[in-house]
Amino acid sequence: MNQEQLQTIIFAELKTIAPESDPAELSPDENIREALDIDSYSFLKVLVGLNEQTGVDIPEADYGKLSTLQAMTEYLAARIR
Amino acid sequence: MGDFCMPSLGADMETGKLVEWVVVPGQRVRRGDIVALVETQKGLFEIEIFADGIMGEPLVQAGQTVPVGTVLAHFQSDQESSRTDEDLIIPPPPVEQQPSVPEASSEVLPPTPQVKPVLGRIACSPSARRLAMELGVDLANVQGTGPNGAIRREDIEQAAQHQKIEQEDDAPGRGLPPETTADETPGSAMRRAIAAAVSRSNQDIPHYYLETDIDMSRPLQWLEEENRKRSMRERILPVVLLLKAVAKALHDVPDLNGFWQEDRLQPKTDIHIGFAVALRDGGLIAPAIHHVGTRNLDDLMQAMADLIERTRAGRLRSSEMTDSTITVTNLGDRGVKTVFGVIYPPQVALVGLGRISERPWAENGMLGARRCLTATLAADHRATDGHKGALFLDAFNRHLQHPEAL
Repeated sequence: MNQEQLQTIIFAELKTIAPESDPAELSPDENIREALDIDSYSFLKVLVGLNEQTGVDIPEADYGKLSTLQAMTEYLAARIR
Repeated sequence: MGDFCMPSLGADMETGKLVEWVVVPGQRVRRGDIVALVETQKGLFEIEIFADGIMGEPLVQAGQTVPVGTVLAHFQSDQESSRTDEDLIIPPPPVEQQPSVPEASSEVLPPTPQVKPVLGRIACSPSARRLAMELGVDLANVQGTGPNGAIRREDIEQAAQHQKIEQEDDAPGRGLPPETTADETPGSAMRRAIAAAVSRSNQDIPHYYLETDIDMSRPLQWLEEENRKRSMRERILPVVLLLKAVAKALHDVPDLNGFWQEDRLQPKTDIHIGFAVALRDGGLIAPAIHHVGTRNLDDLMQAMADLIERTRAGRLRSSEMTDSTITVTNLGDRGVKTVFGVIYPPQVALVGLGRISERPWAENGMLGARRCLTATLAADHRATDGHKGALFLDAFNRHLQHPEAL
């Protein structure tokens, strides 16, 4: 899975949570939850969705490492088998 | 033969649109079955029947908008003698008795020819009638804009505004532009519904506020340990611990769990927590998570997830709109430290939860950094005193410090 495919998956997950948003407009280092006004329940749903799509298990202690688009992409890319 | 009426889905509802009947005349139904879909300013709701029985002929067809209390269909209850639709109307409209029809028709109906009484009921909601009394507006002078000419709260507000302008003819600020009332969006309808509820709360309820800081280290450590054993899908959010601890503390201090009705506190045994959910397109709904006290944490997590999903999808049940015995507002996700809440009548308390963050914490002469939470209680001073409130917050903290027992 390349960077672009990964980003498509992330955008799709964010879009289900925040349908009115355009995740493509997020800057890479912006805090996703703040920018899209996502609460902790919805953020957990995004992570569960990413887990199902990519197979990457994200321990709870790592949730904070996926707070920006860039961090999220890098985190998943490094762990996808 | 009993009646199945348009229920009041909260203090701020005046009319509802019958969107769909999901039962047919003659169908046997059980208490809690969904019989109709109703749309209000707050969205679409599944309306449950209040007793076992047999549905009769509908009197209101899909697509019609009618005031709260309008008979929607005949209903033959199995316990014909005892139960009426009053069971469904929790909380009941405040204070006033339903006036008799003749009085209503002479007092309320505006003298326009097309206006006719709605199914024999008066065309003015109890809350509008009450507002008229408070604002000194004579209902006879009010032109209703609701369905079939029914008088709504905004008609009263507008009439009061006119009276005020007439009285303050020479006052400065008279040249202000009129408020926009035209093309109303669903969002603005929701805003008005919230406005009505919180205005009533602020006018009627003498709030008192208490605040306490809670060391969350122990409960969070325990939860992290628990979550490590779970798949991502099964993990529990910290707010679930908080909800359960609220329920346990209410068990210890039951006077904060209930309604203020008929000039007295009516505590409830079941703990149904109204959980404030922000909607994506603005607005707020606080539907009830039922029986929080008797659920384990997994069960509670699932119930909360289900409720949030259905709230955002617009598929709540009528009981979830009417049963809440207390409200919890969690603004921690938005970085807020302290929440001073507005109680949702007829409830008598609201628990506000802020952000969990690392803060300096002094204990046994030592200063350290701990993950802390500021919890507040807004409570109705008619129902309880600060001492009770303090006992509640203390119990809340105590239960959180023993997460394994939650």
